[in-house]
This record gives sequence, structure tokens and C-alpha cells, in this order.
Amino acid sequence: MSERKGTEMATNMTQVPLRQAKELEFTVVRADHSAKVALVVAVAALVFSASIPFWGNSSWMRDFVEIACYLIFAMMWNLMAGYGGMVSVGQQAFFGIGGYAMVILGNFAGVNPFVAIPLGALVAAIVAIPLSCVAFRLQGGYFAIGTWVISETFRLSFANVTAVGGGSGTTLTALHGIGKAAREGATYWIALACVVASITLVYVFLRSKRGLALLAVRDNEVAAESQGIPVRRMKLAVYTVSAFGAGLAGALYFVGNLRISPDAAFSVNWTAFAIFMVVIGGLGRVEGPIIGALLFWALNKFFSDFGSWYLIGLGAMAILATLFFKQGLWGYVQTHWGWRLFPIERRLVKLR
Amino acid sequence: MRALLSTHSLNSYYGDAQVLFGVDFELAQGELVAIIGANGAGKSTFLKALTGMVTAPNDAVQFKGRKIGGLPPSDIVRLGMALVPEGRRLFPSLTVEENLLMGSTAQRAGPWDLQRLYELFPILKDKRRVPATSLSGGQQQMVALGRALMSNPEVLLCDELSLGLAPIVIREIYKAMPSITAEGMTVVIVEQDVATAKQVSNRLYCLQEGRVSLQGNSSEISREEISQAYFGI
Amino acid sequence: MLDTLIQGALLGGLYTLFALSQSLMFGVMRLANTAQGDFVILAAFAAIWSIATLGLSAPIASLAVLPIALALGYGLQRYVLNRTLGRDPLPSLVVTFGMSIMVQNILLELFSADPRSIETSGLSTDALALSDTVSVGVFPLMILALAIAATGGLQWLFLHTAVGRSFRAVSDDREVAELMGLHAGKTYALATAIAFVLIALAGVMQAMRTTVSPTDGTLLLLFAFEAVIIGGLGSFWGTLAGAMILALAQQIGFRADPGWGIWLGHIVFLVVLVVRPQGLFPKTRE
Repeated sequence: MSERKGTEMATNMTQVPLRQAKELEFTVVRADHSAKVALVVAVAALVFSASIPFWGNSSWMRDFVEIACYLIFAMMWNLMAGYGGMVSVGQQAFFGIGGYAMVILGNFAGVNPFVAIPLGALVAAIVAIPLSCVAFRLQGGYFAIGTWVISETFRLSFANVTAVGGGSGTTLTALHGIGKAAREGATYWIALACVVASITLVYVFLRSKRGLALLAVRDNEVAAESQGIPVRRMKLAVYTVSAFGAGLAGALYFVGNLRISPDAAFSVNWTAFAIFMVVIGGLGRVEGPIIGALLFWALNKFFSDFGSWYLIGLGAMAILATLFFKQGLWGYVQTHWGWRLFPIERRLVKLR
Repeated sequence: MRALLSTHSLNSYYGDAQVLFGVDFELAQGELVAIIGANGAGKSTFLKALTGMVTAPNDAVQFKGRKIGGLPPSDIVRLGMALVPEGRRLFPSLTVEENLLMGSTAQRAGPWDLQRLYELFPILKDKRRVPATSLSGGQQQMVALGRALMSNPEVLLCDELSLGLAPIVIREIYKAMPSITAEGMTVVIVEQDVATAKQVSNRLYCLQEGRVSLQGNSSEISREEISQAYFGI
Repeated sequence: MLDTLIQGALLGGLYTLFALSQSLMFGVMRLANTAQGDFVILAAFAAIWSIATLGLSAPIASLAVLPIALALGYGLQRYVLNRTLGRDPLPSLVVTFGMSIMVQNILLELFSADPRSIETSGLSTDALALSDTVSVGVFPLMILALAIAATGGLQWLFLHTAVGRSFRAVSDDREVAELMGLHAGKTYALATAIAFVLIALAGVMQAMRTTVSPTDGTLLLLFAFEAVIIGGLGSFWGTLAGAMILALAQQIGFRADPGWGIWLGHIVFLVVLVVRPQGLFPKTRE
């Protein structure tokens, strides 16, 4: 929603001889019609969603909380991979850390679990900082597997600590006093708030100068470094923010689920599903994870009863999408119809 | 006489940026043609377009009467055109001899083999079991040149043989040229060193910002003409 | 303590077989094959199925899987994985990850989650007495011998054959290798074909040594990867050493407490990664 007019002397265009240089008016455009429509729709949807606990079905709310967790996790994975160029198969480490931190704070420190959600996220982000020293030793495909090993180490560690129930996990007892309706309502609103906050955070970040710098890092680290962009710090920032988001999703999930175990908290399926959502929806685009999450939820709803066949289908879809639809669904839409809901790219548009 | 190698209105791009603009080029069998020009003029891109490293339209490049634009490099070398790449680009994991042997992957028949190469460049025989990238710049250039010769090409393209080398080393390398062309090998050299280019070649082309700005017999072109063509003045 | 060392070395032999394919594929084409462990299990189940359904004997079934694996590896690389190679690690990761999920779940559908194995009529329990107190199983010793042979074989292939030369060249500089007349896609496919033979071998050995179930693949991948990193990229003997060290760490952890065995292996891997990221025995490259 910002426009900047600039005038350029066309002298540096090789095809235009010097003596014919004209002033050409260019406009740098971010948003267009579809984005403005989308904003209105989004605000309306938000108001509508916030009212659901008063009249809605409690299973919808539980579904929503679950899909919110998937979405937040996927958005954070997307931030790291699509924008930071760091493909990780170990983000579930922070999902689990956030979850366990919330449970521990709730059960042992008497903190209100709803308050413990952002605290759990914070713990995950703090843990991410020293972990980055280990993870960043590796690049590319091996960075991915390395982060997986780190996640597995956490899983095994928690599975061996009896104080949090060891391998079979433990229950969140701190919410026992609250009635079901109130608990589900509160969880739902917090989930809604987390989703809005995550989307806003990612969007604002990517529009900023830092976001531009991030894209530069993704495209070519060495070139970015030579331009004065602090590559290492940027990658650490993305890694930490992504960990925060993953921890947020984890803490939120287990407030909704009430029961945590190492296998559930640190399951690689979280990342597998995030990859699926992002690849199908569109890597590197803000809308992509949202589209992917909705599609994933729909597929989940109708086909997850098919168990293994459902997963085989998901796997096949992800492979086909990677091989033949590199831009994902949303990328395809963007290229063919020019839709943009979250304007981030600045496009040069010639006016006359 | 039909040209052995020719290009017709060749346009080349790096992504969206156009680098070559309608380049016409002809090479007759047995010639040694030089291509000169400033940095960024498109000389290397031209050689890459010839060898398929940069895609060219099918009819823009003809070799031995056949349209080769768009063919992959591995096909083109089998047809008999080899490139000594800019910056040498030897294989660091391979020894000198192994680098040379890689050149014979195309398995073309001809006079060049390891023994003959070692006669041309004796120092390489001494160092044949040594990792190729541990050699000096000039020696590495010999390896790169030898590697291309091992494919027994009909046309040898040399991209900046003199790059980064001291004048005495450059002379050493170019001393080998007569042995290479003695049996009818056709050679194209891309050179920053204008004096050497003019001296060793029959004809030369000058590229300026992707266009041919001058062409003619090397002995007949004057220094001023070259300066003008080089800088586009 | 000696017993732990011996057990570690023997297990290390098996891990070497897992890790060599990972080392080979990554070395030649920078591809991290996250489905590798699952293909190991797939090979094991293929052998198990052919014994149960076709009535083949264990040795015949084990040998029969190998050429099939060769063809599968070649085809997979040539027609699917080659399209994912490039600067961006994501496409190859997603595709191999997707294959991993598919293989695991197809096996679950076909064979259920029950663990199976290949019966070897006593071979797996025969033991050689080294001294009064120490004896080593014949079978694990066989695996170790096989691992050493495979490592030596790969090393020889890479250093002394034209095929190995082309592997090293295409890994160094794909573009110039193609300029020499090499067809990079076919070269990659050949490397993966060889890697898959090793994968099949590892699968069959694993099924004879212990039981396998469809979801075992993940751990095997992690072990292979850890062995490669600990040992150092670019050297097959390094991979063998890495596998030994990993197996030893696991054995030591296991002795302390069964729950900490694999955990200690992870920890050793992480420590090596921090302290000596290039691995313990790297071939200097790049």
C-alpha cells in the first residue's frame, strides 16, 4: 500500500542512444487490487472467527487450534527455508522444547499454562542460540539431517528423564481447575491471536530492509557478505525467530492436547507436514503456507482414515509438486493470474 | 571454400541480459583466428556459445556443415570441437595425468595421446602423478591445453591462455602452437594480450560490447584501428 | 571393556555398509539421500518376501536383490533425482523425504509393523573363540570383512579406474566434465546404482543379524550420516573409521544404560561436529 514515484534518466539503457534520452516515469508498486480486497476479507474473517467460541461447535475449535499449530510451524519453517535458505528437518526440536517448557512451567512452577505458551516459545528461542553453533557447522542437505539428529537427541533425552514421565510422557495438570468450555474458548482465542501475530510478524519482517537482506542472503551468501550484510547474524536471527515460532506452536498444541510425550513432541512428522504444506502451497511466499495448511487440513479431514495410503498419497504429491510445480500451488496462481495477497515484492511498473 | 565453423547473427544471453548481438563469424580449416576485446566484451561467452555451455539458437552455429546450436557440450566435443576453458579449470581431485586422460573421454581417433603430449610439454611428464592444481600457473595452462588436445579435436578453442601468466611463460605456451597447428588443427584463441594475438594469428576479430567491431587479416590491421575497435571510440 | 570394543567394532562393520552409500552419493553429487535407510529396509523386506513367497533360499534371495537394486538405483537417479540436483538443497530433500514416507508406508501396508528377519540356520549364532573369555560371532565377523572389502573396493574404484576418475571429475566440476564429453546424468546414475547395491547388501545383512520392521529406516539414515560426518567427507576409509567410532560410542552408552546407547552416539557426533567439523579423517578438498 505504498507507492513511490521516481524519475529516471534513461541514459544507462544501452539500446537508447544518448541524444534521445527522455524522462520516463516509473512507479514502484507493492500492492494492487487483489491485496486490498484480501485485507478487507481478512479483517472480516478475523472478527467472525473471534466470535466462534460463543456459538460454535467445540470440535471446530479444537480443529482450529490444531491447524493453527500446523500453520505457525509451517510458516516458521518456510521463513527459514524459503527466505533464509536453511532447509531444516529438525525444527520439531523447538516444537517439543516449547511444549515441554510449557508443561514444566505449568506443572512444577505453578505458572498459568496460557501464560506459559509465550514463555515456552521464549525458552525454545534461547536454546536455539547455542544450538546454532552446532547446526551451522553444516550446509545444505547435511544441515537438514544434522538438525534432525539434534532433534532426536532431545527426544531421547526427554524420554530418559522420569520427572517428566520418561518415554510415555505426562499430563498437563495445571489446567485441571478450569471448566471445559472456558478452557477450550481461551485456547482457541490464544491460537487465533498466535496465528495473527505470526502472520503479521513474518509479513512485517519480510517487507522491511532486513527482509530484503534476507532474500539477498538466500540468493547468494558471498555476494551478500560483500555488500556488508552480516550474513551470520541474519541466519542466526532467522533461526532463532523460527525456533520461537516453532516453540509457540508446540506450547499451544499441548495446551490443547493436555498430554505430552517425547514421540509426539519431537516427531519428525511435524516437519514432514510443514514441508508438504509449504511445497504444495508455494515456497518462499507468505500466502503459500496458509494455502497449504488449508489444503492439508482438508485432506486430513477426508483422507486420514486411510492411514498409510493417506501418507503415501501425501508423499507422492510432495514429490510431484517439487518435480513439476516448483512454485507450488500459490506460485502457479501468482505466475498465471498475478494474484498477490501479501504484497512483498516491489515491482517496477512503467507508467507511460 | 565452405567454412569449417561459422556463426550467423548469434545472440547470446546470461539470464535476461543480452551479451552477444548478432555476431557473424567464419573459420576456415587450418586457420588460427584470434578474438580480442576488452573485459566483458563477450569473448568468453562467444566460445561458450560455440561449445554449448551457453545455449544458442539451432541455426546460429554451424560446424562441418551441421547446425549445432543447442547441442550439449558432451555432444559437441564428440563432433570435434574442444575448449580450453578460461581460468584453466583443472580437476583438483585428479592428478596431472588423470586430468589429461579425462580429455580422452570422447574417444576420438587422432595423433594426440599421452606420449605425444609429454613430448610437447616434458615438464608434465615429470609431474604426472602430482595433483594438478599444485602446479604453477603456466604448467596448469599446459595441462589444460593438453587436456583439450587429448580429445583430438578438429577445432581447438583457447580462452585466455595468457591469463595471469608472466610474459616469459606466455611465450613458452605459445611456442607450442606450431606443433599443434602443424597437422592442420584449426585454432581460435581469445586473448587479452593484443600483441601476442596479432602476432600468432592469421585473422582477427575484435568484439566490443557484444558486437564485432573489427575483423581482418592480422598483418594488415593497424594499431590505431585496433584501439578504436577495442574501446569503441 | 574388551568385549565392548569388539562388539563396537563388529557393529561398526554393519554401520560402514550403511554409511558407504551415503558417502558415495554425497561425494559424487552432493545429494543427501534421506530415504537411504528406508531403501535398506526395503531391500531387506524384498529378500524376506522372496524367501517366504517364492521359496528361495536365504543366500539366493540375498544375491537376487543386488542386481534389482542396481537397476532401481540407476533408474531412480537418472529419471527422478537428476532433476533435483542443483544449488538449492530443497528439491532433493523433499523428493527423497517423500520417497522415504512412501517406502515406509508401503511396507507398512504390505507387511504390517511386525518385525521380521531372515533365518540363517545357525550362522548368526556361530561363534569363534578368541580366548578363554572372549568369543566373537562368525556372522558379525563376516559383516566386518564385507565392510572392509567394500571400503577397499570403493577406494580402489575411485582412485584406479576410469569410472572412478569420472566420478571425481564430475564431482569437482560438472560443467568442465561435460566439456570433456562426459554425460553427467549417466555418471550420477552409475554412482547411485553402485550405492544401491551397497544399500541392498546392508539391508540383507541387517535382516540376518536382527529383526527389521518398516519404520526402522530413519535411525539407519541417521547412523549412516553420523558415521560419514564423524569420519570426514571425501574418504571411504574415513567413513569406516567414523562408523567404528559411532558404533563404539553407542556400545559404551548401551552398557551404561540401554536407554542411553543411541543417545551417546548422537552426542559424540555433535561433539565432533563442534570440535572438528571437517571430521576426523577428511580428504582435503575445496
